[in-house]
Amino acid sequence: MPSDVLHVTIDRANGPESFEVPAYDNQTVLDVVSWVQQNADPTLSYRFACRVGMCGSCAMMVNGVPRWTCRTHVSKVTDGAAIHVGPLRNLPIIKDLAVDMDPFFDKWVAAEGVHHGGLTRDDSIAVVDEGSATRVEANAGIECINCSVCYAACDTVAGNADYLGPAALQRAWTLLNDAKDEGSVAILDAVSGDGGCHNCHSMGSCTLYCPNELDPMSAIAGLKRETAKNFFWRGR
Amino acid sequence: MKAPARAHPLWIAYIVHRLSGVALAAFLPLHFWVLAMAVSDPGRLDGFLALTEATLVKVAEFGLVFLLAVHMFGGLRVLALEWLPWRPAQKSLAAGAAAISFLIAGAFFLQAV
Amino acid sequence: MLGLRLYMAQRITALLMGPFVLGHIAVMIYAIQGGLSAAEILGRTQGSVLWFLFYGLFVVAVSIHGAIGLRVIAHEWGRVQGRALDVLMWGMGLAFFALGARAVWAVTFAGVVT
Repeated sequence: MPSDVLHVTIDRANGPESFEVPAYDNQTVLDVVSWVQQNADPTLSYRFACRVGMCGSCAMMVNGVPRWTCRTHVSKVTDGAAIHVGPLRNLPIIKDLAVDMDPFFDKWVAAEGVHHGGLTRDDSIAVVDEGSATRVEANAGIECINCSVCYAACDTVAGNADYLGPAALQRAWTLLNDAKDEGSVAILDAVSGDGGCHNCHSMGSCTLYCPNELDPMSAIAGLKRETAKNFFWRGR
Repeated sequence: MKAPARAHPLWIAYIVHRLSGVALAAFLPLHFWVLAMAVSDPGRLDGFLALTEATLVKVAEFGLVFLLAVHMFGGLRVLALEWLPWRPAQKSLAAGAAAISFLIAGAFFLQAV
Repeated sequence: MLGLRLYMAQRITALLMGPFVLGHIAVMIYAIQGGLSAAEILGRTQGSVLWFLFYGLFVVAVSIHGAIGLRVIAHEWGRVQGRALDVLMWGMGLAFFALGARAVWAVTFAGVVT
């Protein structure tokens, strides 16, 4: 039974729109948005899939903070009984709460966030030493699910359209440390360009807001360290 | 599309570094211009230097020394984070940088008064 | 907007300036005791190769460092880009250097040579 009413504001194409949504004891922000779409305005557009924090498709701005709406309890974020939901920051809006993720994924590829294999099916599988320092670095960032929360949190992305952003650079760092990946030269070149890791100001919003508790800021620092080392020793 | 909440220590360290840098860059041309009077117009330079006896100017000087110190120590923190193997105590380092800056600016202020 | 080379130029000049800034602050604290005067400043610096090198290198480093920093801010906050951004950076850097070199020359060798 609804114990009270939530005052929900949703940013849409024609500006913010207010809805009264029944409040329950156990309710996520995604539940609230879904209630609006199912009971108040069927034209509301938003995106979700798994509802359990695995797919990375339901991220939105909730009271000014980028979050997975499926894993955000209303009680954790309400300001009185008010919630403000908007589309993810730093990405083009398609409609209402659905943003175009293309720039985010394009930058993922531009940072060489792709597998650079050197073996064929006839070779034996590369040996991975789970205890090595590079494997520890690679493992640290491997749980990223491309939800773009860090990208939306980053003020450097907001001011610098070409900047590759925390998620793509963290993946580059992960692959650079992966014994199975042979693209180190391509990766270091990709992250040294005009939109590369050197544009980062280490303000740490990515690390602060990552729902998976990953640490892109440190990963980017690692890329800066490697590229600086290369600059000193190899002049590139 | 409101910007995310920014009141966390590292974001504040970033904005302090940026604003102190802008302020120093704005002050520098004035600083150079006045110093160059040492040869072209020493009397005028002494006129400017006499201004430093005023309390208000002393407070402004304190501000400038603080900006210089906070920019340097904050910058060293960034360099340590980027080039030395990562250490997690970033927030304490940032706070320490601000504290040392304040100490140095305070020492300068006490000498100036 | 900021590639590896500009980044390295900014970080290397930053490292270089660490000792300069500490030295400069120490001189300020020492010099301000008992007030400042043109004669006092010139008495310390005039004809000194050491002060010329100290502040000369300081000016070179700060010109590079400041110009690259302002480039980043002009892009992120002022939306300046492309050729205009390069022109701004070089203009700022050369202006800093010209003004700074003039000041260093004034307090070290200007009075000695002429």
